[in-house]
Amino acid sequence: MSRFFNVARGVAWRSIHNTLVNPAILVPSIVFPLFFLIAFAGGLSRISDVPNFHYPPGYTSFQFVFVFLQSAAFGGVFTGFAVARDFDSGFARRLMLSAPRRSGIIAGYALGALMRWALTGTVVTIAAVIAGMNVYGSPAQLIGLLGLGIAMNAVAVLWACGVAMFLRTEQAGALIQMPVFILLFLAPVYVPITLLEGWIHDVARLNPVTAVLEAGRGLLAGSPVKVALAFSGLLVAGLIMGTFARLGLASAEKAG
Amino acid sequence: MAVDVATGAASIRAPRPTASLLEQTLAVGRRSVVRTSRQRALLIFPMVFPLILFAINGSALSAATKIPKFPTDNYRDFLIAMPFIQGAMFVSITAGVDLARDIESGFMNRLAMTPLRGEALLVGQLGGALVLGVIQSIVYLLVGLATGVTLVSGVGGALVLLILSVLISFGFASLGGLLALRFGTGEAVQGIFPLLFVTLFLSSSSLPRNLIKADWFREVATYNPVSYLLESIRSLVITGWDAQALILGFGFATVLLVVSLAFSQAAMRSRLARR
Repeated sequence: MSRFFNVARGVAWRSIHNTLVNPAILVPSIVFPLFFLIAFAGGLSRISDVPNFHYPPGYTSFQFVFVFLQSAAFGGVFTGFAVARDFDSGFARRLMLSAPRRSGIIAGYALGALMRWALTGTVVTIAAVIAGMNVYGSPAQLIGLLGLGIAMNAVAVLWACGVAMFLRTEQAGALIQMPVFILLFLAPVYVPITLLEGWIHDVARLNPVTAVLEAGRGLLAGSPVKVALAFSGLLVAGLIMGTFARLGLASAEKAG
Repeated sequence: MAVDVATGAASIRAPRPTASLLEQTLAVGRRSVVRTSRQRALLIFPMVFPLILFAINGSALSAATKIPKFPTDNYRDFLIAMPFIQGAMFVSITAGVDLARDIESGFMNRLAMTPLRGEALLVGQLGGALVLGVIQSIVYLLVGLATGVTLVSGVGGALVLLILSVLISFGFASLGGLLALRFGTGEAVQGIFPLLFVTLFLSSSSLPRNLIKADWFREVATYNPVSYLLESIRSLVITGWDAQALILGFGFATVLLVVSLAFSQAAMRSRLARR
């Protein structure tokens, strides 16, 4: 077991180090969520005037939850890009040769993604507070929201690792991020699901991200809804994506 | 004396020393178009991504039409301007990365040994991006019409919209070319892309400026030229023939094109320094 943790720690440290010392990697992962927050919470705040829009903490808080969870997911996605880059450069092959427990590699990347998101999530939260976000949830409920973000980050990085390890090329980037991006935006991003109309309403109802988003918004507002459903969904997704990532690693091992 | 210039996938016959500027431009332009058309896989994402956002946001934000004084009751009519500008921004990256690749691979240095004029090389290099801009504009217009967008300005408006859209695409392509010439690497050009996207976010892309609630955001959107590019396209869809919106749209697109080309020409001169 200690060999597993040694590998995970080494890969995580490298992942975080590479992120922190390379502005080209670090800046976009921080700037993008910030601009989503600015564009949505600032530019679209009039949406809260739509009849039957009811979210007591206000539109900034409403959008913060989406951006917070989105940044968590994209923390995982961006780490997937790094995995793909490691395969493209040949580093991953050397890493697999030297790692006594290769499953530690996935754990290491996942840990790296979590640390990476810790930075982004903190910046986004500070920005939202500065922008006037209202928080009605209790400390326990806010920890619940944080838990949703951590779980979202884990699911996303496992997905990203799986794709990157199956394809082993940087060109996998679009395939890593597009499904995540689309799933996120097919949830009730701008208005509550009750105000969505047409096909997007039907899709949002079936989209598992909707429950996570609604749970997050409920926790921030101090009136939790669908929390158990959200965590259960993320747990199931985590198990599926964990298996997918492990299969990806096996595929990479087989490819040599 | 004709010189064959091998360029990997494509090869062109370099124009004679006596070839006119137009001939030189067309020769380089042909290579650029061929190269762009051979990268189909890389071209699909930039074309499809704005359409995906259009499809999603067109429905997800439809509740916005219930805001008092919203200019239309179909949010897609309002949103259709966005794919044109987003697509144009992607064109800028395609153009910039292609040009940067020529710089990185040394192709530009080899061209410096030919009698090719810098202006021909610059405009010709953007040929592929121009073709891409035309294709994108037509696709976006057709998708818009197919999804229920109605152009109040009619067929004539559709034609003006296409011309304006191509002009905007060429303007952004020139900007991409300028970035490539200044920085010399594709990575740097791609690194600038988020900044371009930010200008789209901080504009009247999702709501009319008069309905933006946050004062600071409305101010930023008012000073952001991208707002006027969007509003000129939007005017043809929603308002009809709005001379002011069209003048501002064509004006800003022309300024972007002229300024980018002017700076690019100076940068090209130093890249093609014949020592």
